[in-house]
Amino acid sequence: MTDERPQGLLISPIRSGTVIDHITAGQALNVLRILGITGTTAESVSVATNVASGLVGKKDIVKIENRELRKEEVDRIALIAPNATINIIREFVVAEKKGVETPAELSGVVRCPNPGCISNTAEPARSRFIVTPNGLRCHYCDWLVTKEIAEHIL
Amino acid sequence: MRHIISIRDLDRAAIDGFLDAAAGIEAKRYDPELLRGKILGILFFEPSTRTRMSFESAMARLGGVSLTMGSVEDSSVAKGETLADTIRVVSGYVDAIVLRHPREGAARLASEFASVPVINAGDGAGQHPSQTLLDLYTIRKSMPIDGVRVGLLGDLRYGRTTHSLAMALSLYGAEIAAVAPKGLELPSGIVRELADRGTAVTEYSAIEDVIAHLDVLYVTRIQRERFPDAASYLDVASSYRITPELIARARPEMIVLHPLPRVDEIDPRVDALPNAKYFEQAHHGVSVRMAMLGEVMG
Ligand SMILES: Nc1ncnc2c1ncn2[C@@H]1O[C@H](COP(=O)(O)OP(=O)(O)OP(=O)(O)O)[C@@H](O)[C@H]1O
Ligand SMILES: [Mg+2]
Ligand SMILES: [Zn+2]
Repeated sequence: MTDERPQGLLISPIRSGTVIDHITAGQALNVLRILGITGTTAESVSVATNVASGLVGKKDIVKIENRELRKEEVDRIALIAPNATINIIREFVVAEKKGVETPAELSGVVRCPNPGCISNTAEPARSRFIVTPNGLRCHYCDWLVTKEIAEHIL
Repeated sequence: MRHIISIRDLDRAAIDGFLDAAAGIEAKRYDPELLRGKILGILFFEPSTRTRMSFESAMARLGGVSLTMGSVEDSSVAKGETLADTIRVVSGYVDAIVLRHPREGAARLASEFASVPVINAGDGAGQHPSQTLLDLYTIRKSMPIDGVRVGLLGDLRYGRTTHSLAMALSLYGAEIAAVAPKGLELPSGIVRELADRGTAVTEYSAIEDVIAHLDVLYVTRIQRERFPDAASYLDVASSYRITPELIARARPEMIVLHPLPRVDEIDPRVDALPNAKYFEQAHHGVSVRMAMLGEVMG
């Protein structure tokens, strides 16, 4: 019976594009930031935050029309929403579904929070982080980024 | 090509290799012509007379020659050249580079642009592996490093020598006691990393509480610049003064180390005690750096 309830009340179906589902609750706006989507860009985007998910949890969802994600974008999303699912929609149906995966190393993704780090200078040093169980470790200065990773994403 | 950038890159076998080589060198079992015809480039973007001189001495004792970059003000750096470019150019002049730079990670960057080995001689608040190797060497001269109980005292927040020493000690199952003034404690990231490496750090608020249990007391300077005013500095500094009276409460075999220069944190009366090893420690810098130069160029 509840299946009959029109979903479009909250978010209307899209013909083609990407649905990023199971985003860590509260991270949807950071996902938009990673994708470079602001109020002034052209995409048609819907965002749902703190949607009930599973029996107890909450999640955010982002739906973008006519856009597929690049690998660098997915790598960044993985940092702040490790359980996200990327659904590619074609002709209104889910044509592809994949999880996100944090790579072992991140290049050019995160800015080192250490102001003294050589990667924060005019030197030709691209930001580079090693992904460890405790957080992201700067390849240059060994600084460990453990929290508020979203704030440091380039 | 072998670079020496961070203690984190070295496993126990590599560290023991350097210490064994340094021991052979100290016993005069080395070839004084080993680096004949080799040129060492010494690039110090930050002054450090001692470290520079001990590398120059090490190179000379192995028959090699050092070229030292002049002051930064007179160099191409003053014209805005990047470190990466300087390193690429100097790589063509020398057989290895020793770098000291005010920025953390500078040596790692240099190693990516150099066509010769790079040895990190200190990068900002970051790593200074030759200091750690000579600290370990000095400990090993007095006792086995395995399971050693080390007290780290002083500015443990900004003091890079204590961070890399603690990392290295974790390879030897050492126990670490940390005594730091409020606000200058070991950074939590370092404590966590040490825990991952199997080393628990116990924090004490006063050195008196732990001194009787230590094999090694490693003292560092508390920098006046870290305090808002002279009074609060003196307050803290006076509470971290190592005196003969304090050492009387320690085990007789306990050794006192300090990366030098010291200011007020060790009473000069301590110098005459058999526990004081900090000047020997400084002298070992040459043997240890000879071992490092031999490793990368020999
Ligand atoms: N045409 C569409 N327009 C907008 N959103 C859609 C469209 N099709 C599916 N979705 C959304 O994409 C997500 C994945 O859809 P799917 O049908 O695979 O759901 P699911 O079976 O719950 O998937 P999962 O097992 O990943 O949770 C859901 O949030 C769904 O609401
Ligand atoms: Mg679902
Ligand atoms: Zn860094």
